[in-house]
Amino acid sequence: MLRFLVRRVLGAAVILVLISFVTYLLFFALPSDPALLSCGKNCNPQNLALIHKNLGLDKPIPVQWWNYVVGIFAGRHLPLGNCPAPCFGLSFNNDTSVWSLLKDRYPTTLSLAIGGSVTFLVIGVGLGLISAWKQGSVFDRVASSISLLGQSVQIYFIGPLAIYLFSVQLGWLDRGHDPDWTSDPVGSLTGLVLPCLIMSVIFWSNYSRQTRSLMVEQLSEEHVRTARAKGMGSKYVFFRYALRGAMGPIVTIFGIDLGSVFGGAIITEATFGLHGLGNLAVSAVLQSDLPLEMGVMLVGATSIVFFNILIDACYAFIDPRIRLA
Amino acid sequence: MTTLTKPDTSSAPQDPAGDAPFLSVRDLYVRFATEDGTVKAVDGLSFDLERGETLGIVGESGSGKSVTNLAILGLHNPRNTTITGEILLDGQELTGASQRTLERLRGNKMAMIFQDSLTALSPYYTVGRQIAEPFMKHTGASRREARARAIEMLAKVGIPQPQTRVDDYPHQFSGGMRQRAMIALALVCDPALLIADEPTTALDVTVQAQVLDLLKDLQQETGTAIILITHDLGVIANTADKVVVMYAGRAVERGTTREILKEPQHPYAWGLLGSIPRLTASVDVPLAPIPGSPPSLLNPPSGCPFHTRCAFTATVGGDRCSTERPQLPDGRGSACHLTAEQKRDIFIEQIQPRLR
Ligand SMILES: Nc1ncnc2c1ncn2[C@@H]1O[C@H](COP(=O)(O)OP(=O)(O)OP(=O)(O)O)[C@@H](O)[C@H]1O
Ligand SMILES: [Mg+2]
Repeated sequence: MLRFLVRRVLGAAVILVLISFVTYLLFFALPSDPALLSCGKNCNPQNLALIHKNLGLDKPIPVQWWNYVVGIFAGRHLPLGNCPAPCFGLSFNNDTSVWSLLKDRYPTTLSLAIGGSVTFLVIGVGLGLISAWKQGSVFDRVASSISLLGQSVQIYFIGPLAIYLFSVQLGWLDRGHDPDWTSDPVGSLTGLVLPCLIMSVIFWSNYSRQTRSLMVEQLSEEHVRTARAKGMGSKYVFFRYALRGAMGPIVTIFGIDLGSVFGGAIITEATFGLHGLGNLAVSAVLQSDLPLEMGVMLVGATSIVFFNILIDACYAFIDPRIRLA
Repeated sequence: MTTLTKPDTSSAPQDPAGDAPFLSVRDLYVRFATEDGTVKAVDGLSFDLERGETLGIVGESGSGKSVTNLAILGLHNPRNTTITGEILLDGQELTGASQRTLERLRGNKMAMIFQDSLTALSPYYTVGRQIAEPFMKHTGASRREARARAIEMLAKVGIPQPQTRVDDYPHQFSGGMRQRAMIALALVCDPALLIADEPTTALDVTVQAQVLDLLKDLQQETGTAIILITHDLGVIANTADKVVVMYAGRAVERGTTREILKEPQHPYAWGLLGSIPRLTASVDVPLAPIPGSPPSLLNPPSGCPFHTRCAFTATVGGDRCSTERPQLPDGRGSACHLTAEQKRDIFIEQIQPRLR
């Protein structure tokens, strides 16, 4: 298990190094001169050269990238100001450190991604399990038609409807606000309920269908039949044997969905007017704030890689054939 | 109301002195509803089995051997399966018994060894846990007692270092060891009836012999009744007391192992015997596999189900074989329209020379 994890973490490190290099190329080397962007209206060659030097753009690109990566871990002294670790550079916009902006916004996105995932896993897998338990029942048929419905809606369409209905008209749920887990944990939670529910709608239908069919398949597996042949009760067999077998594939599907989960979180943010990474990325792009764009990119990529490792670890935990390999 | 005072108990099923067999299957029908129609997987099957006895069930693939035995354990999906007939285990009716009743019997009084131990054991739990589970459930033993019992069972079936192997997962066992573990699992509650569905097909010949010996030894120790399902008449010869030959969901011949191997009566049984390769056979006598393939159980042939592949329908004469279903007599006999003399003569003159 330890070897497995070490291997995965090393692999992830390599991936992150590659991602950082490619994004660095994309943002600072390939497009128009980044110095031009921060040079402003009354730009002259002297100014431009100065900015070049200030941004370190006069050095070769690999060196620039290396300094950037080292800065993330060790901090940097930039000509425009000090940038303590983790240093993702200073925003072109107002010279504040990119990290302080990220640190501000990341909790919202992460809370939505985690909260939304928990919501759709609980609802989706739960519905799938009930459908599999009561195959062919009215519940099963209704659930599968609702699943179809869930797959054809969009967050930005049902989001405003839900806000209008549940918070404006009925007043049952908070219309959603940015979480602040340290000072107001309860308020943070209630503020996330509606966004997470809405975000989950586009995901859970898939999980309920997949869970149902995985369970139906598992229930006809021979090892499940053996468990019944031992005299184990049907609930026990359902949860301990069939669900155990279905869990691996469900986790795998979730792993594949990770990217869409973060995407969904960003759309949800925008729909509910929350201030997360998506919102930050949009303003960075609009203002051509390259260091900020780069920072958002890297944090997003790192999160996805990190959660992928977590999911692989779950998978290995579930399946001894992998854990003990 | 009179049953309470009725003195006559001689015919009561649970009477130990009565001569009702330990396991009695009467007129068993198993049908599956499928998209293509009704599959008549078992079609009027009857047999008996006593404690300590081994019954061999032989037949080609698809003849309904597994379906029959899954029906005894009540493991078919009730949603698409119709089962009629009588299955009496120690006087207790199993067809139509409640799930609770069946759960109490399964793994306890009756147990099953499945063919492919790699897929039949769960990859997610240790071998020890899988063996211990039914023991805890049926005897109320604690976790620790059940673990000790699992180790004891692993030792009994010849797994080396059972104290450590008990914590291994099935994929860490070899095929032969897994099959032994499967046997340990089936026997953990000392079942009175053990069904072994091709327990050795997946194993190589030496391991096969060891596993069969193991079953025999365990049977001698505990007096378990065994149903041994197999394609392989060689396996039958060494282990079974009596044999039922199945074809298309029916029993077509019944007898002691000796009778079936030495004087088989049904053309299908001749065919099965003819298709075993023999070391002693001279090379110029070709193997005689049964021509054609097993019939569709969606639409079984009329009359004798074997008539489409039988070389002796002309001997019977007319269209009797394709119109009239031959009956299998109780006890020794075969379901075939040939007369007893014809069967004997054909076997001695035409079949036997090819078997030697
Ligand atoms: N659940 C089911 N639904 C529909 N048909 C089934 C089902 N289970 C078995 N059958 C059919 O019943 C027939 C008998 O199957 P069974 O498994 O008993 O054969 P078998 O004699 O055990 O063969 P083998 O030696 O290959 O194991 C086959 O034609 C099979 O396709
Ligand atoms: Mg079979």
